[in-house]
Amino acid sequence: MRGRRPFFRRQKSCPFSAPNAPKIDYKDVKLLQRFVSERGKIVPRRITAVSSKKQRELARAIKRARNLALLPFVVD
Amino acid sequence: MPYYESVFVARPDISAAQVEALTESMKEIVAGSGGAVTKTEYWGLKTLAYRIKKSRKGHYSFLNLDAPAEAVLEMERNLRLNEDVIRYMTVRVETLEEEPSVMMRNKGSRDDRPRRDSGRDHDSRPPRAESEAGSSASDKDDDSTKADEGES
Repeated sequence: MRGRRPFFRRQKSCPFSAPNAPKIDYKDVKLLQRFVSERGKIVPRRITAVSSKKQRELARAIKRARNLALLPFVVD
Repeated sequence: MPYYESVFVARPDISAAQVEALTESMKEIVAGSGGAVTKTEYWGLKTLAYRIKKSRKGHYSFLNLDAPAEAVLEMERNLRLNEDVIRYMTVRVETLEEEPSVMMRNKGSRDDRPRRDSGRDHDSRPPRAESEAGSSASDKDDDSTKADEGES
């Protein structure tokens, strides 16, 4: 264990690598919305703990959804 | 033949039947070029996340294709020409989903959402916030609110 430091943060696992993880799909707006900020920006993976492979997949799905106006580019 | 998923958005002022007819015509175009449409879905009139060509809503239509690239090219050319289509996208996929997609599965729960947002919730909240502010301001008020809770 790395942490005995005052700001110990337990290691979170990737939400898409679990055994019954949801499939990343541009049609699944409800799922994608969880990885988009209030402003409509893609949340960095250091916050969501998504693995880098899945983050790339997720970013692609979000961009596809934006193109179809399922997700906004900007919210203001 | 490669698999594709295709989605197009049609103008909101045409009817659902017209969208179905449009989907049907796309199906024929794909079939004419030696492909097959294995599944079609009509997602309904949905609110767009942003305005496209001045419209705020659009009819979403979804197709699963098992077709050669030429058929996709020809279908996309027709979608571009059609003025009722405001947006389209075709992506290649490894496998075609046989069951209804997430959009169709969530249809029921999606209808619930506007009801939760609308009206009453917002009206009922402010008074409660005021009473909380009052209770924190003085101890006497705090006691009276507790008594109220006991009674009710």
